[in-house]
Amino acid sequence: MKKSVLFGAMTVAGVAAGVASAGTLDDVKARGKLNCGVTTGLVGFAAPDANGEWEGFDVGVCRAVAAAVLGDATAVEFVPTTGKTRFTALASGEIDVLARNTTWTFSRDVDLKFEFVGVNYYDGQGFMVPKELGVSSAKELDGATVCIQTGTTTELNLADFFRSNNMSYEPVPIETNAEAQQQYLAGACDVYTTDASGLASTRATFETPADHVLLPEIVSKEPLGPLVRHGDSEWGDVVRWTLNALITAEELGVSSANIADMSAAAGDNPEINRLLGTEGTLGEMLGLEADWAKKAIMAGGNYAELFEKNIGETTPIGLARGLNAQWTDGGLLYSPPFR
Amino acid sequence: MSTITDPPQGPFKVSMLFNDTRYRSLTFQAIALVLLIVAFAYLASNLMSNLAAAGLNISYDFLSNPSGYDINQRLIEYDSQSSHMRAAWVGIINTLLVAFLACITATVFGVLAGVLRLSNNWLVSKLMAFYVEIFRNIPVLIWIIIIFTIMTAVMPGARSYLGEDPEADLLFGYFAFTNRGVYAPAPIWGPGSGVVVGVFIASLIGIFAYRKYAQHLLYSTGKLLPVGWPSLALLIVPSVLAYFIMGQPIGLDAPDPLANRFNLRGGIQIGAPLIALWFALSIYTGAFIAENVRAGIQAVSKGQTEAASALGLRPGRVMNLVVLPQALRVIIPPLVSQYLNITKNSSLAIAVGYADITATLGGITLNQTGRAIECVLLLMLFYLIISLSISTVMNIYNNAVKLKER
Repeated sequence: MKKSVLFGAMTVAGVAAGVASAGTLDDVKARGKLNCGVTTGLVGFAAPDANGEWEGFDVGVCRAVAAAVLGDATAVEFVPTTGKTRFTALASGEIDVLARNTTWTFSRDVDLKFEFVGVNYYDGQGFMVPKELGVSSAKELDGATVCIQTGTTTELNLADFFRSNNMSYEPVPIETNAEAQQQYLAGACDVYTTDASGLASTRATFETPADHVLLPEIVSKEPLGPLVRHGDSEWGDVVRWTLNALITAEELGVSSANIADMSAAAGDNPEINRLLGTEGTLGEMLGLEADWAKKAIMAGGNYAELFEKNIGETTPIGLARGLNAQWTDGGLLYSPPFR
Repeated sequence: MSTITDPPQGPFKVSMLFNDTRYRSLTFQAIALVLLIVAFAYLASNLMSNLAAAGLNISYDFLSNPSGYDINQRLIEYDSQSSHMRAAWVGIINTLLVAFLACITATVFGVLAGVLRLSNNWLVSKLMAFYVEIFRNIPVLIWIIIIFTIMTAVMPGARSYLGEDPEADLLFGYFAFTNRGVYAPAPIWGPGSGVVVGVFIASLIGIFAYRKYAQHLLYSTGKLLPVGWPSLALLIVPSVLAYFIMGQPIGLDAPDPLANRFNLRGGIQIGAPLIALWFALSIYTGAFIAENVRAGIQAVSKGQTEAASALGLRPGRVMNLVVLPQALRVIIPPLVSQYLNITKNSSLAIAVGYADITATLGGITLNQTGRAIECVLLLMLFYLIISLSISTVMNIYNNAVKLKER
């Protein structure tokens, strides 16, 4: 094989560039900032507030990871992504973690080479229609025009749902939630379909939310969770266990209110001690400080606090815990033990 | 002025590659070529090694898998069980459709505006100047979105046409203008409709023959036959006669307000995205074409116009018979690039949800399969083929109208 020196050098540089992205944890530490992919704006999950500060349920996960890794919940660069750009952004290394109501599916996990680190919201696809249409079931939607975000699992579920029920529809493909909202309100489509939580969040921003109803059918399973690139298990572990720390904290009754006391010294409950780093070396195993979980929980509170603050029943979005309650309360949240 | 140097003598030396004018340009071209190849090889190897590092490969197998999504505008059979390849074809046809429609209307707008901009009427010429400057100086994406937004906001909702006692009535009982698009009746081809269509085609041929004959008569004898009204009569009368003689075989399928509670059913639906995209592309590119036309007309020597007027030709005839045929030689080459622009700009379709090739193959398919590189390569290939084909066709036309040098 004959190659010029220049070409050879360039090839080496190219290979090096490919390998350089392997240690995301070190990259983030060196950068001093976490690049976190979020939606372009979905109130309650990720949207900038009046001061331009990002807030929301998914944003909370980003901040917890930043706090665990860097000790600073504000050291996050939020990268807004659409349903179309999100995977490219993650695969190319533009973002370190994607927390964007992304459904965990087989093909995304296996074929697209991503690693879902867990589920932070158990969702399902729903339909929203104007009340004046008098539709009470999704089975009555034959012939409707449906607004749908492109590049999502909901797009495929929608096709399946209408096909299996022998109904026809006209899809109106749309890039972002904001556009969908505009089209739906202008009457360019009869129905807006996306994850039920997204519908609740979108409806909450309408002038007259009561004029729109969510249909009772939930046509799919949509486990939403943060994801990272395949092949960097250390980084995947960091994000996975940060999420688990938030869930476990709720289970064990550790909240941002009492965490200062609980972490001051080792207490009676050994799992809380291990979680908060007053006992054992879990942090060190992850390549983080001993009090990483404490910082993650202090960033925005435990899972329950994040939920109630951003999307819970006291907020305009008003989602009940439902499937997202702890397993001890009949929900699906079940973190592996900290041991 | 050029200086003539004696050709250097003596045997070939390596330094001559740079010092000798005979070899220098070749040397630099060779160096540029090598650098280009190295650059591409670097990019390709970088891509392959990065893909390998991520555990990915290049494969087009996904094209035969079921796509799983639906498309709102389709001219060929397609449903969510069709393959990704089929979805790409739907997109290709949609791209070609909007590009074809927009090329025609942009040419009409452009020629009208270009000619009128040279009008002696102050108001008309200033209005056209205003049109040209406004439309070509605002990006086409903005125009697409503005037009689409206005359409959805201003037009009545589809539901206002529905029910026993609708708020809005169908125009002539056949047409509906909603913010989801325009509904028009579709023809129903009954038995015997083939004859009507045959007669119509025959009368089209007849018109051509008659015009050819009239032209021939004019050139050989100087006798001027009327062309306008006989053509019109030839176009309409035989077809209408055949239609009634065959017992009205062609029916109209009007949009039905009662079939569905969400949308009108039946007839032909021309979606709002198509209309918005079509109109925006035509009016934007029309402004550029207007400038080409104006430049072309002004390139024709004033003496030609004056000579034609001196012969007693009316201003319309001067334009049609003397100026435009000569101006076309100047207009066509830039017109080709405007057509190419329309085709390429049609990829902005996704902004309004029109399912062109960029939206289907380069949008949804790319997303659902994650095969970004494969899809983008296919897209590039498609646009390249289309653009080169348009260039070829237009170059053939250009050769036909250019100044023949004998």
